[in-house]
Amino acid sequence: MKPAPFKYIAASSLDHALSLKAEYGDDARFLAGGQSLIPAMNFRLSRPSVLIDINRLSDLAGVDWPEGNDIRVGALTRYRNLERNRDFLAACPLFADALPHIAHPQIRNRGTIGGNLSHADPASELPALAVAMQARMRIKSSAREREVVAAQFFQGLLTTDIEADEMLVGVTFPPLAPRTGTSFMEVARRRGDFALAGVAAMVTLDQEGRCAAVRLALCGVGETPVDASQAVSALVGERCTGAAIDDVIAGVQEVIEPAGNVHASPDYQRHIAGVLAKRALMTAHRRTGHDA
Amino acid sequence: MTPDRHEIAVTVNGMAYRSTADARLLLSDFLRHELRLAGTHVGCEHGVCGACTVLLDGIAVRSCLMLAVQADGHELTTIEGLATDDGALSPLQTAMHDHHGLQCGYCTPGILMTVTAFLEENKSPSEDDVREALSGNLCRCTGYQNIVDAVLAAAAAMRGVAP
Amino acid sequence: MTTRYFGAPVKRNEDRRLLTGQALFIDDVELPGMLHVAFLRSQVAHARLKSVDVSAALKRPGVVAAYTAHDLGAYWQPGPLLVPPPPIAGIVFNLRTQVPLAKDKIRHVGEPLAIIVAESRYLAEDALDDVVVDMEVLPAVVDIEQALSQASVLVHDDLDSNVSAHVHQSRGDYRVAAARADRILKRRFRYEHGISSTIETRGVVAQWDARASQMTIWDTTQAPVFVRNGLAGVLGLSERQVRVIAPFVGGGFGPKIMMFYPEEVALPWISMRLNRPVKWIEDRLEHFFATTHERGQIHDAEMAITGDGRILGIKDVFLHDGGAYDPYGLTVPINSQCTLLGPYVVPAYDSTFTAVFTNLPIVTPYRGAGRQHGVFVIERLLDLAAHELQIDPAEIRRRNLIPADAFPYKNEIIYQDFQPLEYDSGNYEPVLDKALEVIGYADFVGGGQAEARALGRCVGIGVACYVEGTGIGPYEGAKVQVQANGKVSVATGIGTQGQGHFTSFAQIAADQLGVDVTDVDVVTGDTDQFYWGAGTFASRGAVVAGNAVNEASRVVRQKALKLASDAFECSEDDLVIADGKVSIVGIPEKFIRLGELAQRANPMRGAVKPGTEPGLESTQYFGPPSGATANGVHAIMVEVDPLTFDVKILKYVVVHDCGTVINPMILEGQIHGGVAQGIGNAFYEKLSFDDQGQLLNASLADYLLPTALEVPRMELAHTTTPSPLNPLGIKGAGEAGAIPVGPLFAQAIEDALQLKQRKVELLEIPLSPSRVFELTRGAREEP
Repeated sequence: MKPAPFKYIAASSLDHALSLKAEYGDDARFLAGGQSLIPAMNFRLSRPSVLIDINRLSDLAGVDWPEGNDIRVGALTRYRNLERNRDFLAACPLFADALPHIAHPQIRNRGTIGGNLSHADPASELPALAVAMQARMRIKSSAREREVVAAQFFQGLLTTDIEADEMLVGVTFPPLAPRTGTSFMEVARRRGDFALAGVAAMVTLDQEGRCAAVRLALCGVGETPVDASQAVSALVGERCTGAAIDDVIAGVQEVIEPAGNVHASPDYQRHIAGVLAKRALMTAHRRTGHDA
Repeated sequence: MTPDRHEIAVTVNGMAYRSTADARLLLSDFLRHELRLAGTHVGCEHGVCGACTVLLDGIAVRSCLMLAVQADGHELTTIEGLATDDGALSPLQTAMHDHHGLQCGYCTPGILMTVTAFLEENKSPSEDDVREALSGNLCRCTGYQNIVDAVLAAAAAMRGVAP
Repeated sequence: MTTRYFGAPVKRNEDRRLLTGQALFIDDVELPGMLHVAFLRSQVAHARLKSVDVSAALKRPGVVAAYTAHDLGAYWQPGPLLVPPPPIAGIVFNLRTQVPLAKDKIRHVGEPLAIIVAESRYLAEDALDDVVVDMEVLPAVVDIEQALSQASVLVHDDLDSNVSAHVHQSRGDYRVAAARADRILKRRFRYEHGISSTIETRGVVAQWDARASQMTIWDTTQAPVFVRNGLAGVLGLSERQVRVIAPFVGGGFGPKIMMFYPEEVALPWISMRLNRPVKWIEDRLEHFFATTHERGQIHDAEMAITGDGRILGIKDVFLHDGGAYDPYGLTVPINSQCTLLGPYVVPAYDSTFTAVFTNLPIVTPYRGAGRQHGVFVIERLLDLAAHELQIDPAEIRRRNLIPADAFPYKNEIIYQDFQPLEYDSGNYEPVLDKALEVIGYADFVGGGQAEARALGRCVGIGVACYVEGTGIGPYEGAKVQVQANGKVSVATGIGTQGQGHFTSFAQIAADQLGVDVTDVDVVTGDTDQFYWGAGTFASRGAVVAGNAVNEASRVVRQKALKLASDAFECSEDDLVIADGKVSIVGIPEKFIRLGELAQRANPMRGAVKPGTEPGLESTQYFGPPSGATANGVHAIMVEVDPLTFDVKILKYVVVHDCGTVINPMILEGQIHGGVAQGIGNAFYEKLSFDDQGQLLNASLADYLLPTALEVPRMELAHTTTPSPLNPLGIKGAGEAGAIPVGPLFAQAIEDALQLKQRKVELLEIPLSPSRVFELTRGAREEP
């Protein structure tokens, strides 16, 4: 389990990294945390001919609040840094729920947000969070810079909207509306394993305590993270009671397409997706601070 | 493909090393077979078992998921660097001995490095904290219980209180 | 002898080396000029191999050599039979052992097809891509029932079926028992065991020294002496020319005793051929195919029982998946057959099994070695009977336990050591009582469970009993030698993989010789240090080698006393041996240090007296007449999420009797680790093969070893019934923790979810949340 040969280039700046990517295209991979890429290379499932190491691009790491209340996270920000960033966790509480489910401490010490989202593993937690939070992905090449909303960024199994000469340089999370509660839950065989199903829920109440907006995204139950917000939209305008939630769960179970794997049958995945959707919506609602 | 060689300057356990390595050489192999610091063990080479955990600038990382060239300019700590120069074991090493926290000892290097970093950040961990911290290190021999007890005892010893 | 160390929780002598990164493991062996080996392994499970062409690989820079089966010439031969079939009347056994490299036919995924030798492992793996293989892929034999159908393709073309073995054993007359029974419970059980997944994979380093005509092999084996003898034979060398060293080995659990693995045969041959040292370290992917497994059995079992819950008889017919080859004989299914009887009086037993060849990796013993499968069957049958007869599950077990006055207890059938299965000693009821007490059984059943259920919590309890045949022969030996510096050297032929032999054997020697335990240096697993032995398996190291160490130490003690009595011109009875010296009773200043006695035992002048030997040393052997039977009871309390079927262990109790205990700290560690592996087997670890024999979860990301978050804190208690079969009274303990966890999980989950009331029975292992969901979905309505 040793990687096949490749050429290694440590990029000295973002421009350098992007020019290298423009030069080598799909033959090159960016090396960020490497916590998914290096295992795949060790199994020789991935054999890039060029690795562009971006770990020295410290400008790409970190969280900032540039304008308004948007939260910008650089692609090279490691899970570790988010776990220890109280301001960030307060602003994006879904991360407080989800980060402990992401692999193990050593992986979180090294793995990066940009690497995770670019890898686009549908069983991974962050893509679902990005979809639930309607994050905007900031993508750059030598020639251009653009933003794509999360729902359009994830295009298929391990496939994103990123072109061969581009890099995901950061992700922008819009701030939570007032009276919003969130919850992320998942079922995995062991803590740290990829989710058999995971649910990110966001519930926003109006002044009267009725549901003003609801967002729901799932991981592990399709080829991409699944945006099930439409399926639960009947809650909008209603009081978010257990009975009201029960009425929309079947709709959630319909929009997902779990494939099953060695750990779970598709029916079990569909079943727990419903269970988790209900629990996450209830918890998110409770966390709005509004007693139902 | 002609080998893509790189110069590497690293400090390991306080000692400076200069070497060259192929781009693809894993940090675990570099430590073990180039620097002959074979105390770091390799169990899976896909980042699950944790045996190869070392400290990179004080932070626990999988050395099988890093290239040696990536360590250039960094400081590493391995199991060989835990005891003092005169051979005194660290509180964690001592607690592992006292609590029978190892059997075959193969996963032990990774456990020691993971927990050494963990106890730097968390001086008074609960049992749940310890188990969470250990969750990225597989041990097939001990059932973890004695490791957990050793970590709790080491934390207490480092705080200067009786466990 | 004044016991100082024996029985005490002595901290381990070997820890310091391991804790400072100074212990030598196989991949730490670095030799000048060493080459690295990679094996091209089959991607398919079953194929006719037409050709393997390594010529392109040989052209790659850095590649030194490449070999196929044909290159091995006369050296290519099937491996040996490790354990011949036991002397059971009417036994069928078709011996087909593995080969060094596939030649005509591929029989499982991962079977090696070619060898690349290169300057580095990286380069060797590169060259695997260059090897061209031409083959005709055949349908794979995967399902053990279909394997026996007339239509099945054959794993071994020269046999007329896929039957590897067929064995029938019985005691009493089951038909009579069935006729007398109030109830007969009959079910089909499926039990799958997994892979050992030692954190250190296997490895071999071979160094041929042409000038010395000497072969040195470092090998992660549990049986270095067997490997030495076997490899000397195939290499055309005498045993004295071959040294096998099993250095520190990172876990064994059974599969590291298999022999010969193809790599063990190939590496020494390559080293001789190239006259260079060569190294092969199994990677984790290879480990899933190239190291042996333990896998599944299907039991059709029935129990004849009285209305008050007494077993009259058991009939069992089972199929055993043996994999592509059967070099380990029948050890695993025989263990299943024998251990099924458990700690219970089973007057009539009729058991038949068929071992089946499949196109899957080879099955050899892995911690428990088939015992789990048998224990699952009887424990589940007792649970079913308890439910039908409205008897408490603990009580029905109690009613069937072998009474304390019935030992030695004869079970009449033949065990894996070829001896009639006889339990040497035991006192089972106190073990059950203790387990029930520690888990809080009465409180839970008497109200605690109902209270929790009233709060909507699905909590359940389980209790399971087992026996474990341990400490079988043939023998082990030990050489105990006092050094001139007063330290004691102990050498034995077994290998060690973490069991604490460096300490437990030191404790035995230290007590006999009156030295500090840290002054005893134990060497295991080096055939040049100790020439004879069998190996570490079947929970036998402490029992068999431990008693040999004791005997050798005792003889050295006698020699020391004799030498000192000559020196002091006093009676040996007037001497005391302690603190590293021999002194005269009551005159502590009158002493001779052991080191000095050792020097005197090797004089520069004068003659060694007839009938004596130089040196303060002795080599002694111990061979038990038959195995000692340990026993235990595990109890568990779980909470199950009724919607996700996630299982949380609230409490886990082990009460165990393994005779006299050398080191309770080490013993508890063995139990902890066994239980952790048992939990993996019961709920996490499943080898998922598709119908073409492809393993779908060949990584540690998908083959789920329990972590610190899955394994609970365990409460342990012990009772002690010494074995009469060895002077120290020891029984083995290595496998006990792992054996009864499957039925325990099944019982406790059934209880927590009240499945019996819903007519759902959990008759298979491993379970998982998804599987429990599938099994219960037809009975979704509440009771």
